[in-house]
Amino acid sequence: MIPAPFDYVAAESVGQALELLAGFPDDDAKLLAGGHSLLPMMKLRLAIPSVLIDIGRVAELAGIRVDESGLVIGAVTCHADVACSELVQAEAPLLAHAASLVGDPQIRHRGTIGGSLAHADPAADLPMALVALGGSVEITGPAGVRSVAAEDFFVGFFETSLEPGELLTAVRVPRQQGVGWGYQKFVRRANDWAIVGVACADGRIALANMGPVPLRARAAEEALAGGAPVASAALLAAEGTDPAEDIHADREYRQHLARVLTRRALEHQR
Amino acid sequence: MSILGTRVLRTEDPRFLTTGGVYTEDLQLPGQCHVFFVRSPIAHARIRSVDVSAARAAPGVIAAYTGADLADLPLLAPPMPQMISDQMGQPLLARDVVRFVGEPVAVVVTEEAYQGEDAAELVDADYEPLPAVVDPARAGEPGAAVLFPEAGSNVAATFGDPAALQDDLFDGCEVVVRRTILNQRVAPAPMETRAAAAEWGEDGRLTAWIPNQGAQGTRSALATMLGLDEAGVRIITPDVGGAFGAKFGADPEHAVVCWVARQLDRPARWTETRNENLIGMTHGRAQIQTVTIGGRRDGTVEAYRLEIVQDAGAYPRFGAFLPALTIMMCPGPYAIGRAEAVARSVMTNTTPVGAYRGAGRPEATAAVERAMDLFAAETGVDPAEVRRKNLLPKFSEPHTTAFGAVYDSGDYVTALDAALAAAGYQELRQEQDLRRAAGDPVQLGIGLACYVEITGPGAEAGGPKENATVEVHADGSATILTGTSPHGQGHATVWAMLASEELGIPVDKITVKWGDTDLVPEGGGTGGSRSLQQGGAAVQQAARELIDLARDRAAAHLEASPADLVFDPERSAFAVAGDPDAAVPLARLAETSRLLVRTIFSAPGPTFPFGTHVAVTDVDTETGKVVLRRVITVDDAGTVINPLLAEGQRHGGIAQGAAQAFLEEVIYDADGNPLTATFADYPFLSATEVPSFELADMATPTSYNPLGAKGIGEAGTIGATPAVQNAVIDALAHLGVRHIDLPASPQRVWRAVREAAAEKGA
Amino acid sequence: MQLELVVNGQARADEVEPRLLLVHYLRERCGLRAANVGCDTTSCGACTVLLNGRSVKSCTVLAVQAAGQQVTTAEGLAGPDGELHPVQRAFREEHGLQCGFCTPGMVMAAAGLLAENPHPTETQVREGLEGNFCRCTGYHNIVRAVLSAAGAVDREVTA
Repeated sequence: MIPAPFDYVAAESVGQALELLAGFPDDDAKLLAGGHSLLPMMKLRLAIPSVLIDIGRVAELAGIRVDESGLVIGAVTCHADVACSELVQAEAPLLAHAASLVGDPQIRHRGTIGGSLAHADPAADLPMALVALGGSVEITGPAGVRSVAAEDFFVGFFETSLEPGELLTAVRVPRQQGVGWGYQKFVRRANDWAIVGVACADGRIALANMGPVPLRARAAEEALAGGAPVASAALLAAEGTDPAEDIHADREYRQHLARVLTRRALEHQR
Repeated sequence: MSILGTRVLRTEDPRFLTTGGVYTEDLQLPGQCHVFFVRSPIAHARIRSVDVSAARAAPGVIAAYTGADLADLPLLAPPMPQMISDQMGQPLLARDVVRFVGEPVAVVVTEEAYQGEDAAELVDADYEPLPAVVDPARAGEPGAAVLFPEAGSNVAATFGDPAALQDDLFDGCEVVVRRTILNQRVAPAPMETRAAAAEWGEDGRLTAWIPNQGAQGTRSALATMLGLDEAGVRIITPDVGGAFGAKFGADPEHAVVCWVARQLDRPARWTETRNENLIGMTHGRAQIQTVTIGGRRDGTVEAYRLEIVQDAGAYPRFGAFLPALTIMMCPGPYAIGRAEAVARSVMTNTTPVGAYRGAGRPEATAAVERAMDLFAAETGVDPAEVRRKNLLPKFSEPHTTAFGAVYDSGDYVTALDAALAAAGYQELRQEQDLRRAAGDPVQLGIGLACYVEITGPGAEAGGPKENATVEVHADGSATILTGTSPHGQGHATVWAMLASEELGIPVDKITVKWGDTDLVPEGGGTGGSRSLQQGGAAVQQAARELIDLARDRAAAHLEASPADLVFDPERSAFAVAGDPDAAVPLARLAETSRLLVRTIFSAPGPTFPFGTHVAVTDVDTETGKVVLRRVITVDDAGTVINPLLAEGQRHGGIAQGAAQAFLEEVIYDADGNPLTATFADYPFLSATEVPSFELADMATPTSYNPLGAKGIGEAGTIGATPAVQNAVIDALAHLGVRHIDLPASPQRVWRAVREAAAEKGA
Repeated sequence: MQLELVVNGQARADEVEPRLLLVHYLRERCGLRAANVGCDTTSCGACTVLLNGRSVKSCTVLAVQAAGQQVTTAEGLAGPDGELHPVQRAFREEHGLQCGFCTPGMVMAAAGLLAENPHPTETQVREGLEGNFCRCTGYHNIVRAVLSAAGAVDREVTA
């Protein structure tokens, strides 16, 4: 219930954060933004870093703007700010909606988009949303800045392609004005993670909690692209998925939910 | 104008809303040390060794202890020794064997709170795993692991004799339905976890601050566990953050904290984490029930049988005894010609089971209400009609059932009709028909539960009773001492209302005290919905007796005959009849000597509130998701003294009952590992899962106390669970679904729909 | 390490270890014990306070993360003369508390909710409080209290 002891330093800039990261062996130092993915793990002693580098108040990492490529959201923007942002609501309403569903209001006041994506929980809202939006993350490291497409960013169960010493600095979402989108998050209780989640936009269908990473329902996407009606395309939503079993759902039920929720996400697009 | 029956705001509230209640964790004892428990990570194992040497060397560690250090203390004995095997005691810290995940094995004691968790990780316990038995259905079978070899089997208690069940009970019945159903294990999960703070005086006396439901019972339990005389123990009850049956008496952990304080000659304190609470605090319910119901095609029930396997967990606590209450209440409010029930309590390698809001009676109602719906489905008679046909007709003279319960007063049909009317039952059925005809993926379900329940049972010698002391002070204020033990029920306000009514002293000038055994050495605590009908009645009685006592003083003061005096509560003064100026205020009569009365109110027996709950659910047939749309209730607990508080009790009970119906469950894997040991995993009800509730009023007084009051605290829980469960099943009845076990989780619901469809297709 | 922040309008400076949770800082160092710890998994909200006017679960904020910022607790919500804040008053009038353990957190969450949405619907109130558990009230009267307070609350909650 209490984290193991650790040292703490607040970074004032991205550059300083990188320097600090470089000074510690892999996994010994963790970045702290809102802390609402990391601190719960530390309180359960599932994560035991010896140093926390707080980037929560690095000005360069805050803010939401639009450039030629689309939306650019600073990594430490909290979910509440993403959800309420008029820019996000206009340019990528699916993302605003997803952010509005993360946890509960208190969690949304602290949890950040960068933190959530770096945590890479396959049951979470934002990883799935970013995959559905065809978005990408901007990563800054000692070697400079690189961009990784959402789908390539999530590589395993709670695992991303962030290299040691790197920092997720921004999230990019292509402009979605006028693009229909759908979102279905199936929970037993309001602030739970999705038992299964589906987000769709512009021909992409992303699934949460159907595997170790957010998955694309490619068979369903292809069927749709080939002109199949929504109902029959949705029946293919679980193809290629191998969902885990837990106290809420077994494999069969999850795959069934994926099909039903995909159909509903496609049918009730906004 | 009587204050009774009015919505008086709670006098307790201002401080709770600003500085907050003072719970055990808020207390500061100078020089205190912090106790942290090390618990078994395995469900059943022999303990090879527990090495605390590394822990002892950790920063801030004052001491570390294991079961061996407490070897001279007695085991926590099972309750009801005449009914439950006494070979199944629990050591305060495990000695040779651990029997459930979470069983306390060692403690570390530190200077600072945070250091405890660090040090606990360094305790090295070595276990030799033993086979675990987790399924209560298997626990009694040959070949199952036996938790207490000295006891010979895992059966801790039996109630009734299976050999005496009549083979011909259902002979002649046109329709017979039999089903085995589950009343699942749940976690009481009060918002305040368990805690204790203890210090020993120079005089060798122990003072312990423990959140509890009755300081006197807690004192008794602690004294027994520590081998002390009760006079050597003082319990003080801080504010208690909810209890729901699970904070009666004391747990091994409480005793260990007290023992540590004595060992170290320092105050010691402990507050458990939520994880510890979800595996260490006693669980509730956990019955496997086989119901058999039979009768005529026209819906008349002729016979009913209930067979129970109670999962008692790893050590028998009150839960092992609860089937006795289930059996007593098994026919519910119905006139069933032939009924019988048997039960056995079995040990499993899981958290011990104790009382949880309703304690044995929700299980009875859930069983008979499921049986009624199964019978209705089989006969094709509307579930409301089946109930109406079989409910006992109205009675005001006590009615004794075949199971020995003496129902004091009841008007069950009126309650049913009132609830159905308030719900708009016919309109609901019409809407249901429309949705069925349309093949709407979201179907509407209407569920009913008619219940009667036993409150204020009073297992103590001399029957149900409670004491109260009322004192009027010269400054015009008053103090009440009560043997009840509120933890949210509002006794400070309601007892003040009762005294105010008699004495004419304003509510905000009346202080109510409880929970300190030096101040109130006797009392039955708060549970079983006993407090108002016994404790409140005692307060009223004491206040009335005080007026009688004061009358004599007033007579002397006014130099008049007592018979000529009239007490006017509006003025809080005695006056000579016909001469209002010849008066003396009540407070004045306390000036020369104290003006107080201590009295004991004895009730003739327990009382039996009753009611009907109607639940309306939407059930998504494609996903299995249940949305609870409406809950309409009639809960008749006799006279209502403060409607605001009575409603609050009903709301809280309904929410907990509904939560059991479609959300909450404690889950273990096959090896006895708990899978719902955090609030992230245990589906605790939040505000989005329930609607606002619709309460209809009905009050049939009891003759058992002058207030006419029965107990309201548990009624909501008892009615809501079966009403919601029945609603979910009702939504799917047209698809062929006859039953879904508690809780109606989305996966269970979806499975039921699928299986019914497969059966139809077959 | 040194920590400076403002709690209920009072500037504070304390020496703290980095892992000290904000809830324990408030309770143990500031003596503000209204906020309670009710769980281990950021689920129950009994520890809710306002950080720069926004509701947060103080069990999942390190005290050091609040450096230089403003924290408001239930003790700081009442007026200078002890007059109950409209939310506190409404909780009393509607019997929105029983055992009181969840109450300070619930009140702060409600205050934060109304600051962002001064006229919520019942559904918005229930969703707005999904991060705050109560075992006693069944939420019914809590919702009534928040709706009742909605008319009477100023947009800004001052620290």
